[in-house]
Amino acid sequence: MTIALALEQLLNGIQLGVMLFLMAAGLTLIFGVMGLINLAHGSLYMVGAFACATVAAWTGSFWLGLIASLACAAAAGAIVELAVIRRLYDRDHLDQVLATFALILIFSEGTRWLLGDFPLYLDIPPLLQGIVTLPGDASYPVYRLAIIAVGALIALGLYLLIGKTRLGMRIRAGESDREMIGALGVDIRTLYTLVFALGSALAGLAGALVGALQSVQVGMGEPVLILAFVVIVIGGIGSIKGALYGALLVGVTDTLGRFLLPQLLALFVGPSQAGMIGGAMASMLIYVVMAVILAVKPRGLFPPAHA
Amino acid sequence: MKKMLAAATMALSLGVSGLAIAEPLKIGMITTLSGGGAGLGVDTRDGFMLAIKQSGNKDITVVTEDDAQKPELAVQIADKMIQSDNVDVLTGIVWSNLLMAVVPGAVAQGKFYVSTNAAPAALAGQGCNKLYFNAAYQNDNLHEAMGEYANKTNKKMFILAPNYPAGKDSLTGFKRYYKGELAGEVYTKVGQTDYAAEIAQMRASGADGIFVFLPGGMGIAFMKQFAQSGVKIPVMGPGFSFSQDVLPAIGDAALGAKASGQWAPDFDTDVSKKFLADFQKEYNRLPSIYAVQAYDAAQLIVSAAAKASVKDADAFRNELLKADIQSPRGNFKFNTNQHPIQDIYLTEVVKKDGVLTNKTVEKIFTDHGDAYAKDCKI
Repeated sequence: MTIALALEQLLNGIQLGVMLFLMAAGLTLIFGVMGLINLAHGSLYMVGAFACATVAAWTGSFWLGLIASLACAAAAGAIVELAVIRRLYDRDHLDQVLATFALILIFSEGTRWLLGDFPLYLDIPPLLQGIVTLPGDASYPVYRLAIIAVGALIALGLYLLIGKTRLGMRIRAGESDREMIGALGVDIRTLYTLVFALGSALAGLAGALVGALQSVQVGMGEPVLILAFVVIVIGGIGSIKGALYGALLVGVTDTLGRFLLPQLLALFVGPSQAGMIGGAMASMLIYVVMAVILAVKPRGLFPPAHA
Repeated sequence: MKKMLAAATMALSLGVSGLAIAEPLKIGMITTLSGGGAGLGVDTRDGFMLAIKQSGNKDITVVTEDDAQKPELAVQIADKMIQSDNVDVLTGIVWSNLLMAVVPGAVAQGKFYVSTNAAPAALAGQGCNKLYFNAAYQNDNLHEAMGEYANKTNKKMFILAPNYPAGKDSLTGFKRYYKGELAGEVYTKVGQTDYAAEIAQMRASGADGIFVFLPGGMGIAFMKQFAQSGVKIPVMGPGFSFSQDVLPAIGDAALGAKASGQWAPDFDTDVSKKFLADFQKEYNRLPSIYAVQAYDAAQLIVSAAAKASVKDADAFRNELLKADIQSPRGNFKFNTNQHPIQDIYLTEVVKKDGVLTNKTVEKIFTDHGDAYAKDCKI
């Protein structure tokens, strides 16, 4: 194994982690602030991807598509919060799971009804096409590097928003004690709608960015949603910092596992067997990591102080 | 002349319907209409329904349900269709892991199953069954053809497939014919959407060719990421990796890719041209190979239903075995294990009138059966 290959795989892991972070940040924010389990988060990811692909096909511009994805996902999130989610805060988690699961079905069927069954085409913009050569003669697609950069910027932005602004202060206060901040005269209902729209926009952005790498299709959000839940459980539910570290851990573990486990096994059994068993083991690996972390730290790596 | 022809057709159709057995036949179609595999299921359904519609047989009804590519859901739907809908024939499953979950139970309850796509090795050899027919191929077939083709062009291949029954059949089939060296053999998770780790291995492997079997959304994701990665190794695969349901979403990244198939839209036969025109008229898009397979499966059921009652399983089976249909593929007959014997072609992705499609290059196999038929004792 060369340095170049190792470096490329490490970057792949980080890039996957960054994508997961965009999903997990919204999910953990919504759970932390509102105590809501939102299964429909994957649908908002899908809405972002479809909005970007549709607008990019109309206008020929990926960038307009990206703006559309943010706007559509945020709007869809706000509407969902006002129409449905608002009624669920006082219910128990089972009701929330049922209602948001129903939202998944409505979003999927609605998208299919509007845009059809076949996957849509979305290409990366000309500016970000091509590859760059990294130290050690490794080459890496510019677009994936750009995703890593976007993820880092979002992480920084969220850190500043939560830690340094008035809105962030209210979000933190809402996390700690929602009755109290309501009593202090903060409009908690608007705050919830805002937080939900923010989380949705992040999911939509993730969907649009990934849509250019993968296929834009109905049901694309659910596999990512499961990983995002793994991430927030590992990171500590409600913690943005935890979501960041959890996402990077899951991304790197998954990528390196897929790459290294079959090679490791090939030392003992034939290459064909190694590929099959290694592939199966690699897909379990992140769940094994999650189990180990929960055994050692039952509340995740960075549990919020108050919870 | 036209009038005479019309009159002759009329007489013929009257003649046929005179013989026909007017007994209701209920078909249960379980296929994937949501999620990453939806494109495959939609083409399956549409191809199937086109043949049913063209038959004009009012005694045949079809109930369709979405399995969402989940084995447990497929089993539930099959149970419901058998027990409360009272279907006579099941069909439509795209994925081999779902088929393996449904077929043994269905045939044990005396129902026919005519597969429109999935064809795992386990049901082609010792596990074959009188009530199970496959109208598509045996899973290994298209991969065997690519193995044979790769012998001519490549010396060191990197091969990749998802880790499920059809994926294993795929690489087994490829290796059965391919005699060169392997630069790597990788199995990925079913439904995987990010192939960066695998593409990095391909880049480092020194392979002179890449064979991938990734149907549906997996193939779209792989091909786009492969094109973006700047790796310049030629890619080939079975027809599914570049079929009409995924080409528009892959875009120009697919241009030039070689694949194998039993049919391509440029086939120069009257049956194929008519099928293509009818399908485009009905659905306003190009059909994929899944649509052709489902079209033939429906034709088979219609042809058998015209001659025998499905209640008489032996008679119905004998009619199915005759394969008395006009397939867009051309030659089509059943092997002893009730899987097809057919020709397999090499195709290439080209752009025609601004639309990506497959062009036939050459014939790889003539009257190709499968490696498991000899183990089937029925």
